Amino acid sequence: MLTYLLKRLTSLVISLLVASLVIFLVVEVAPGDPASFMLGLNAQPDTVAALRSELGLDMPKHARYLGWLSGMVSGDFGMSYTYRTPVAQMISDRLWVSLPLALMALALSTLIAFPAGLFAAARRGSAGDMGVMGATQLGVAIPNFWFAMMLVLVFAINLRWFSAGGFPGWEDPLLALKALTLPAIALALPQAAILTRVMRSALLDILGEDFMRTARAKGLSARQAIWRHGLRNALIPVLTIIGLQFSFLLAGAIIIEQVFFLPGLGRLVFQAITQRDLIVVESVVMLLVFAVIVVNFAVDLAYAVVDPRLRSRR
Amino acid sequence: MSLWRSRNLLLGGGLSLLFVALALISFVWTPYDVEKLNIAAKLKAPGGDYLLGTDHFGRDILSMIMVGARTSIAVALVAVGIGMGAGVPLGLTAAARKGGWLDEVIMRGNDLIFAFPSLVIAILITAIAGPGAINAIIAIGIFNIPVFARLTRGAALSLWEREFILAARVCGKSRTRISMEHILPNLMNLLIVQGTIQFSLGILAEAGLSYVGLGAQPPTPSWGRMLAEAQTMVSFAPHLALVPGLAIMLTVLGLNLMGDGLRDLLDPRIRVVRT
Repeated sequence: MLTYLLKRLTSLVISLLVASLVIFLVVEVAPGDPASFMLGLNAQPDTVAALRSELGLDMPKHARYLGWLSGMVSGDFGMSYTYRTPVAQMISDRLWVSLPLALMALALSTLIAFPAGLFAAARRGSAGDMGVMGATQLGVAIPNFWFAMMLVLVFAINLRWFSAGGFPGWEDPLLALKALTLPAIALALPQAAILTRVMRSALLDILGEDFMRTARAKGLSARQAIWRHGLRNALIPVLTIIGLQFSFLLAGAIIIEQVFFLPGLGRLVFQAITQRDLIVVESVVMLLVFAVIVVNFAVDLAYAVVDPRLRSRR
Repeated sequence: MSLWRSRNLLLGGGLSLLFVALALISFVWTPYDVEKLNIAAKLKAPGGDYLLGTDHFGRDILSMIMVGARTSIAVALVAVGIGMGAGVPLGLTAAARKGGWLDEVIMRGNDLIFAFPSLVIAILITAIAGPGAINAIIAIGIFNIPVFARLTRGAALSLWEREFILAARVCGKSRTRISMEHILPNLMNLLIVQGTIQFSLGILAEAGLSYVGLGAQPPTPSWGRMLAEAQTMVSFAPHLALVPGLAIMLTVLGLNLMGDGLRDLLDPRIRVVRT
C-alpha cells in the first residue's frame, strides 16, 4: 500500500507542476500589458515601467513562474492588478459560496442516484425501471442553467418560497443554506441522472456474477444479497463518476452562480477577465485544476480501500 | 425489447433530423429577418403572426431558434471533429506502442487535459483572446481529445490480442498499417456512437459557454445567449426562456436517444463513456 501511495503521490506532484506550467505559459502569451491596461491609454511610459516593476512584470519569465509557484505553495497568490488586494483573500471569500454549493450538489446527486439506481436495477425491465431510465434521459438532456431559471420562475417568482438570487452570507447559516438550495438542486440534476445510470448498470453487472448467485444459494434474499455483497462491488465505477463529477460541479457552479447572482468564484473570474486581471484568472484556473487533480487522486486511493486487489495490480 | 430500442433510434433520429433540417433551412429561409428589430411587435406571446412569439426587440423567436441551431450544430460538430481527429490517432498510437514511452506520454497528456474542464479551457482562452464561437469550438474540441484517445486505446488494445491482427503481423505489416487497415475499421461503430454522445455534450457545452458570454457573440444568434437575454424577463415573458431551453433539451435528448439506438443496432456489446 505504501509503494502504491508513493507512486500516486509522485504522479500527483508531476501533474500539478505540468498543469501550473501550462496555465502560466498560456496566460503569459496573453496580448496586452496589465500595467498599461491599469493605467489607461494616456499613461506616461515611465509610469507604466514603474508599475511593471512594482508588479514584478519586468522579471524574466522563469523567475516569475518560480515566484508564482512558490507563492502559491505558501498560500500567497499575489496581488490583484485591479483591486490591489491579495488574490488569496479574494478567492477564499468566494470559495465560501462556490465550495458549499458544489458539495451540496454532490451530496444531493448522490442521495438521489443511490436509491434510484438501486430501485431500477432491482426491478430491471419493469415499468418502474423504465420510468427511472426515462427520467435520467431527460435529466442528462436538460441544461442545468436553464433548469435553474425554471426553478426561479416556479419557486421564487410564482410561489415565493425562495429568493430569486443573491447570497446573505454565513452569519445566518439557515438563510445561507436556503439561498444555496435552488442553485444546488439545479447543479445536481444532470449529475444525479448520470450517477443513477452508472449505479444501475454497475449493479446489473454485479447481479450476474457467480458470487451473487452463491449469496442467494446460501439463503439470502435478493435485497440482502445486494446490500451485503452487491453494493460494495458496484462502488468502483460509481466512485469514478463521483470523482469526475466533483470537478464538473465546481466548474458548473461557475455557470449556475451567474443565474442566481451568487458572489462565488464564477463572478470573480468573469470580472477578472473583463478587467484583464490575469493574475486572478490564473489563480482561479489553477485552483480548479488543483481540485480536479487532487480529487482524482483521492478517488484512486478510495479504489484501493474499496478493492484491495487494485493495490497490488498497479 | 428490440421494438423499444428501435423506437429510441427512430425518436432520437427524428428529433435530431428536425433540428438539423431547421438549421439547414435557415440558410435560405427564415420566417422573419433575425437581425431586423421591430419594437412595435416586442414581447409577443406565441401564436398569431409569430408562432413562438417575439423577444424584447420584436425579433421572431422561431427564426432565432433556426439560426441558433446553426451555431450550436456547427460548434458541436467541429468540436467532435477536433476530438476525433486528434484523439483517435493518439489512441491508436498509444495502443500500438502499449507499455512504451510513447504510450505513457500520450496517456499522461490525456490525464492532464482531463484536469481542465471545457469551461476552464474556455476561461483561459477568453482571457487571452477574447470571447467568440471559435474559442468555444477550441475549448470543447480540446476537451474531446482525451475522451476519444482513451476510448480508442482501450478498444484497440483488445483488438491487438486478436488472431487476425496476429496474422497481419506475421505478414510483415507495420504497426501503423495494422492500426489503419485493421484496427481503425473495427472501431468505427464505437466511434460513431461516442461521436453522437460527444455531439450532444458539445451542444450543451456551447449553450453554457454562450450563456456566460464566452461563446458566440452578437449578432450571431445562439441558444445560450437567448437564455442569458431572457433571464431578466422570465417573470413577464416566460416564453423567452422556455423556447430556447426546450430546443436545447430536445436536441440533446434526440442525439442521446439516437446514440443509444445506434449502439444497440451496431453492436450491443460496446460501452460508451458518459461524464
